[in-house]
Amino acid sequence: MGYLSLTEADRLGMLAQIGVSSVEELFSPIPPSLRIGGLRLPAAVSELETRAKVRTMAARNRPCRSSSFLGAGCYAHSVPAAVSALVARAEFATAYTPYQAEVSQGTLQAIFEFQSSICELTGLDAANASMYDGPSAAAEAAFMALRETKREQIVCSAGVHPEILQVVKTYASGPSIAVEVLGLEVETGRTADPLASLSRETGVLLVQQPNFFGMVEDTAALAAAAHSVGALLVVIQNPVTLALLQAPGELGADIVVGDVQPFGNTMSFGGPSAGYLACRQPHLRQLPGRLVGQTVDADGRTCYTLTLQAREQHIRRSKATSNICSNEALNALAATIYLALLGPEGLTELASICLERAHYLQAGLSTVPGIDPVFTGPFFHEFALRITGGASAFASSMRRHGIDPGVPLGRFSPEWADLLLVAVTELNSRTDLDAYIESARAVQSPEETYEGWSPS
Amino acid sequence: MRAVGAGSTPEALTFDKSHSGSRGYDLPSSGLPRVGQAPQGAAGLLAAAAELLPNVAMRTEPPVLPQLSEAQVVRHYTRLSQLNHGVDSGMYPLGSCTMKYNPKINDELASLEGFSSLHPYQDEADTQGILELLWELEQALLAIVGMKRISLQPAAGAQGELAGALMIRAYHRDRGDAGRDVILVPDSAHGTNLATASLAGCRVVELRSSERGLLDPSALRTALSDRTAALMLTNPNTLGLFEEDIAEITTLVHQAGGLVYYDGANLNAIMGKTRPGDMGVDVMHMNLHKTFSTPHGGGGPGAGPVAVGDLLEPYLPCPLISRRGGVAGGPFFLDYERPRSIGRLKGFHGNLGVAIRAYSYILRMGAEGLTRASEDAVLSANYMRARLRDLYDVPYDRFNMHEFVISATRQKARGVPALNIAKRILDHGVHAPTVYFPLIVPEALMIEPTETEDLESLDAYIEVLRDIDRETRDDPRLVMDAPCSTPVRRPDEVRAARDPILRWRPAS
Repeated sequence: MGYLSLTEADRLGMLAQIGVSSVEELFSPIPPSLRIGGLRLPAAVSELETRAKVRTMAARNRPCRSSSFLGAGCYAHSVPAAVSALVARAEFATAYTPYQAEVSQGTLQAIFEFQSSICELTGLDAANASMYDGPSAAAEAAFMALRETKREQIVCSAGVHPEILQVVKTYASGPSIAVEVLGLEVETGRTADPLASLSRETGVLLVQQPNFFGMVEDTAALAAAAHSVGALLVVIQNPVTLALLQAPGELGADIVVGDVQPFGNTMSFGGPSAGYLACRQPHLRQLPGRLVGQTVDADGRTCYTLTLQAREQHIRRSKATSNICSNEALNALAATIYLALLGPEGLTELASICLERAHYLQAGLSTVPGIDPVFTGPFFHEFALRITGGASAFASSMRRHGIDPGVPLGRFSPEWADLLLVAVTELNSRTDLDAYIESARAVQSPEETYEGWSPS
Repeated sequence: MRAVGAGSTPEALTFDKSHSGSRGYDLPSSGLPRVGQAPQGAAGLLAAAAELLPNVAMRTEPPVLPQLSEAQVVRHYTRLSQLNHGVDSGMYPLGSCTMKYNPKINDELASLEGFSSLHPYQDEADTQGILELLWELEQALLAIVGMKRISLQPAAGAQGELAGALMIRAYHRDRGDAGRDVILVPDSAHGTNLATASLAGCRVVELRSSERGLLDPSALRTALSDRTAALMLTNPNTLGLFEEDIAEITTLVHQAGGLVYYDGANLNAIMGKTRPGDMGVDVMHMNLHKTFSTPHGGGGPGAGPVAVGDLLEPYLPCPLISRRGGVAGGPFFLDYERPRSIGRLKGFHGNLGVAIRAYSYILRMGAEGLTRASEDAVLSANYMRARLRDLYDVPYDRFNMHEFVISATRQKARGVPALNIAKRILDHGVHAPTVYFPLIVPEALMIEPTETEDLESLDAYIEVLRDIDRETRDDPRLVMDAPCSTPVRRPDEVRAARDPILRWRPAS
């Protein structure tokens, strides 16, 4: 039955060895008033029936295809077959935390390669083994900065994803830390001059790159502003952009975080993915999460082990830098393998394709009456549009044309009901882009008629 | 596991294997002028990109990443995996981790395109299948634990704990009782409990366990005050012992104005036998990667859903999976109208790829299977204890639940501490138990076999421990030098911490 491995005969022998006549005796420490006679759940179902039932549920969803343009922190990128095959290897997937280094060199070395990749991309000195996701990494980075500066105020740009801001506020509610929000420039959509909001009480300035609306921020200027009041700069950066934009570590960022979902991880309705967190050498001992270090073994061979564990909950308990234990190792592994497959040229190409296609689409849509770009200035592979007639209505009509045109931003704030956030990746072909522009023209024209939608 | 010749390092880093000009993955051509026709190579692409990003600080060179062919990458990570021990390789009895077998059907179903290709912000009409699955999972989990409402958002047990602690504080604040900032924990508590309390802005007071290894109601009574926000406990506790006075314990905490948080890491012991909700707990988390068979992944992804009774329901993380028309059967939706919610701990909705695996597991096991799983888990742990107690000290030598703790004090007296016993276990192709935890047992080895180990496997592990005990008498050096048959031997951890090397650097 199920995945149980003992037979009735086994059980009888084991009970005899223990010296009891039934397994119920082993549960005698539970007070009778708390005992229940079983679970009110359906009976067990065979594997083939399970497969049938769950497949039916999967079929009731509409998966994103090349005609989908949804982003806002979760992106459809191609997942190489080699990534899926390798992370499915049981020795990776069914292992746990590499506490016994001698039998965990696979996990440990892969984490070291992840840490190395993140440092190289961000231009910083040290990165940890992963966080739960980008948003929680941002919150933990903010806490790290407050510990380092010994201050108690977080300033967060309004260009940061609203859900990231929510996560930061939720984490900050524990120690009752104030979170101030810094607005955006109306025209460019970039973070407004921070100096007005920063003070010597500010421990950290949090910005997103590109920001929530897809606009490219001026990291160097933001770093200078933060440092001028003695605060640290935390940049939440989409790692795809690290292929083209100058490394944030070189531009003055003190801590860089983000989500590696775009690297070799499916969207899976938002999770799991993995957060990354990188910092400069002086802040090393304030890093949350696991760190893998290189060392030698008793025979002098190079090997890898968890290190600086005195920061962590299993050693430092209430004084740990975080409570994080399990993180997202397998998703970080997928990202590491992905980066090894693409290499520097592949990653540069990936980012360039996304960039160019997004600009092509934005330019095309800007010619459609009733559709206007919201902001001027440089953007990466996402952009916001103002839609006459409302973004949700537009999206519904477009879906009838078989295109999911972007995220209507009214879901985050009623003031944004006219705004649509459009993301473009290498999965959207030129044909898809042209179809989008053409359908948008039809939908936004006053004489829009449609022959009825049929499933694609 | 792959054997490695003496003196040779198991595997070079991808960065060191890098071969200039190699590449493992191609992308389709852009079909557009700039990228499509840019001069070959990253330099040309950077220049083309700069035209689309005026006045933006750009890289001058591509990042240094490995350059390898697909075959090289596959070989590298295949070989790395062969240096690892997973539960598919052999027994892995880490206490309180529940390293049970990870059914393969779960992985197959979680990777269906109808799930893996879903974006979290798709229109709800397009995601009814996943919402229904998650709803059914929630109902099943609530039935197993006897609580009222649940959020699948937390990504791990520790995040579930944080959600719980923040909800408790919000509850007290709303009642004008913001001064309650103390969390009580037993001295056997897992480190995350204490770290969570600190993250939530609370102080921790540790309660000394009784000589029976349990939480003592009179010690609890002394510690309770009008500053008590909550008691956090695990039941069975980390010694594998059921807290027999749990009903009195939760009553005492409530009478003092506090709430009770239940760490559900050890849920595998009690499914179908008792329920935390009936014990009087107000909030708890579960670990889907422990009790519900989802793979541990080398350190995640996991999921730590948090479940509550009526008192804390308004404070759950947002959004919640809901159904229009109540239970009667309308469409599913994500409810964001949660004015008293603590907010969110994670982007989007949770680790749903993990949730799908747990759902598939629950379908396969059914009511009787889950109950049997707990019975076999408890049976196996007691069996192992019965067959080891002559050679190893068992500090609490009575019926335990799904795990038990032995103390290597006799072996330490012969010069062999628990650490070295653990290392010698590795030489036998199985994984060591948890060592030096819980802190209240000296030379602790915490063993949790789980119900998916067959009898032969249990007996073999017992023999390993009995063998090692023999060695500690006859030839302790064998144990002290261990491990010797693993891909690497003892790493120099002092050196790793003193001069940390945390990333690859090019040879200068």
